[in-house]
Amino acid sequence: MSKDIRIRKGFNLNLDGEADKILVDIHPSKTFALKPGDFFSTTPKLLVKEGAKVEKGTPLFFAKENPRVHFVSPVSGEVTAIVRGAKRKILEVVVTQDDAAAAVKHEIPELNALDQEQIKEILLKAGAWPFITQRPYGIIASPEDTPKAIFVSTYTSAPLDVDYDFLLKNNKVEFQKGIDVLAKLTENLTLTADASFKGFFEKIDNANIVGVSGLHPAGNVGVQIHHLAPINAGERVWVVNPEDVVNIGALFTTGEFSAQRTVALVGSSVGNPQYYKATIGASIAALLEGAKIDNAQPNRYINGDVLSGTATAPDNYLGYYNNLFSIIPEGNHYRMFGWLPFVDNNIPSMSKTSLSWLFGKRKAKVNTNLNGEERALVVTGEMEKVLPMDIYPMQLIKACMVEDIERMEALGIYEVVPQDFALVDYSSTSKIEAQDIIKQGIELMIKEEG
Amino acid sequence: MNFLRKTLDNIKKPFGKGEKYERFAPAINAFDTFLFVPNHTTHKGAHVRDAVDLKRTMVTVIIALLPALVYGIYNTGYQYFIQTGEAFTFLDAFIHGAWKIVPMIAVSYIVGLTIEFIFAIYRGHEVNEGYLVTGLLIPMIMPVDIPLWMVAISVAFAVLIAKESFGGTGMNILNPALTARAFAFFAYPTYMSGNKVWVSEASSVDAISGETILGSLAAGNEVSYSFFEMFQGAIPGSIAETSTLWVAVGAFILIATGVGSWRIIAGGIGGAAVMGFLFNLWGANALMSFDWMNHLVVGGFAFGIVFMATDPVSAAQTNRGKWIYGILVGIFCILIRVFNPAYPEGVMLAILLMNVFAPTIDHYVIEANINRRKKRWATAQIKTA
Repeated sequence: MSKDIRIRKGFNLNLDGEADKILVDIHPSKTFALKPGDFFSTTPKLLVKEGAKVEKGTPLFFAKENPRVHFVSPVSGEVTAIVRGAKRKILEVVVTQDDAAAAVKHEIPELNALDQEQIKEILLKAGAWPFITQRPYGIIASPEDTPKAIFVSTYTSAPLDVDYDFLLKNNKVEFQKGIDVLAKLTENLTLTADASFKGFFEKIDNANIVGVSGLHPAGNVGVQIHHLAPINAGERVWVVNPEDVVNIGALFTTGEFSAQRTVALVGSSVGNPQYYKATIGASIAALLEGAKIDNAQPNRYINGDVLSGTATAPDNYLGYYNNLFSIIPEGNHYRMFGWLPFVDNNIPSMSKTSLSWLFGKRKAKVNTNLNGEERALVVTGEMEKVLPMDIYPMQLIKACMVEDIERMEALGIYEVVPQDFALVDYSSTSKIEAQDIIKQGIELMIKEEG
Repeated sequence: MNFLRKTLDNIKKPFGKGEKYERFAPAINAFDTFLFVPNHTTHKGAHVRDAVDLKRTMVTVIIALLPALVYGIYNTGYQYFIQTGEAFTFLDAFIHGAWKIVPMIAVSYIVGLTIEFIFAIYRGHEVNEGYLVTGLLIPMIMPVDIPLWMVAISVAFAVLIAKESFGGTGMNILNPALTARAFAFFAYPTYMSGNKVWVSEASSVDAISGETILGSLAAGNEVSYSFFEMFQGAIPGSIAETSTLWVAVGAFILIATGVGSWRIIAGGIGGAAVMGFLFNLWGANALMSFDWMNHLVVGGFAFGIVFMATDPVSAAQTNRGKWIYGILVGIFCILIRVFNPAYPEGVMLAILLMNVFAPTIDHYVIEANINRRKKRWATAQIKTA
């Protein structure tokens, strides 16, 4: 067992609306959708037309960047809509479920008899390849690469984030199977888990288990990679979410694409926050059915956590990767003299110009107010406090802003994804949009360096 | 509150998007946002944000400045009445000081904010709060008898040349408040040095000398104040820099709230103490033998290192850089004091000098980080090959 990692820099945002440890089935969803926007820097090429009958596991589109990567339907049914946005960009491929429950079946030989290429081929054909993302850049991995390591992080630290030990309690067998499959693809399969209390993950074989503890963003897999296997120019590290390890394990057990997606519905606007057993791409309306949502004020619906998630609408669909769905009140109201130091201490703050640190244990209700206005960068040193990496965040952000590729590379763009800068957004005195700047920087890197 | 909000929204209507006075919106917004934190919500990035913003940060600095300012106002009156020999109460001294200093603050804010508002409208961005601090700092570091028109010109020079010509808040190389003082120092030396400018109306009252301690040391005279008097601050000097005690209270507020960099303050004190101590050992003249502890409490050193050197825009920006920057400010301050008695006010020049070198310090700190990464890449490639 490797040395544990402990993260001291960062900030735990202690929020109201954590999910109770109750797992229920989601209300049946009629429609499901794959959203190409969930796959960063991927251009979809459609394989089906509206009206096409599909089975679970039938490819809906493939990636222009790598035609071997297929994105398959999570259910059997009929393609009822292909929603397009500006410049005919594909936003959603909607499948309406039928009762046939038909699924594409794949021949899976004994795992020990398979070599790496054959395993990759099964994952690609079955549509399970998008479960594997890579660093740098946080895009879907390229099957032509050989990763220096594969990381599975079960330690979470984001606000209201899930407990994977609970979330996967019914999937231990599939999880082990998935780990066995991934272990064939690399010599360095790292499974990180909570260092203080280890659940079933410490009993998993075939993986290098590392304990993690400390403040958010310790749960960001990029932070863990930075400390355990820092990425050098030209290297690739692959990342798989814990539940997708289960999905891969299930594929190699049953021969069918598995689209399980357990979602914790959280946030102060949710009356009964809990876990829902759902399917990838299920409609949010189905998730909200039976949930007691406080609609006294407008709410923000977020695929993911409140720091790094994507805003969506209640008539949209669950994201491809997120196990968390957050709902918090919008903050479109004024606060008189709210800029004075030591007032409105109910808003959690990292700054000691607020007394909120006195109430650190209290579960705060937060909203989406910007709590100020955007300003020039004045305060220094605050970004370093929330980025536990050997990287100068402000200098990297500035390099991204001026599109200086050489400097971005030198300052460590390969080791970060936008999510790692979520707390920089949060704590910024000047209200800068660090995640957006880093995202644009990464897009530029992909365009220029390939 | 609702009524006030509605009234404000009505006033703001002609300044809205597509309305007649749209381009003047930054001006009206600057006032509105002082009453209310606006209803803006997050659109990109993190959906929730910290309660801190630039207004709160700058107001914290102003709160930290107040103890020194209040004492400075009192001390102005105190020095005046001591000199004339009249009997006086605390209130008399305070009123005399306020009579002198409040107009200076008013001129500084009116001139500076007018320029800031014009540039905000011209550039189409919101008014930055930085000048609230700069505008208060400038009168606090001037001699009390400086004519108001000189204050106005110094302010205009600082805001236009030191700040806006570099691109505005966050872009300036030099600390604007110190630039204002340096401008006045070199443009109007007779009002900024000598033994007649540090005590209110000293030139018209023909009485005991009102020299600063560093001034008398440079002239080779004895210092007649005890360490405690110098620490407490009942001595002649620029308006609000004399009291190390109340500056220390401000330093405590800045450090406790995390607004001021403790690294710069600690580095500066350390650098000055060591330098002063080394000169004590040498001891070739009065300034060299001046006790290193006294160096820390006389002149503008304490005020400068706490309120001016810590300006995050003109200081070094990396944590390691802040240590180096702070230590060098301390060292250069004492060096200039001792070796260049023509400018006894070493701290102003030391900070301005290090302002210029701060980007260079950061450059080397960041290069070290880059080299570390490149080295790791090199060794990794050897392994895989």
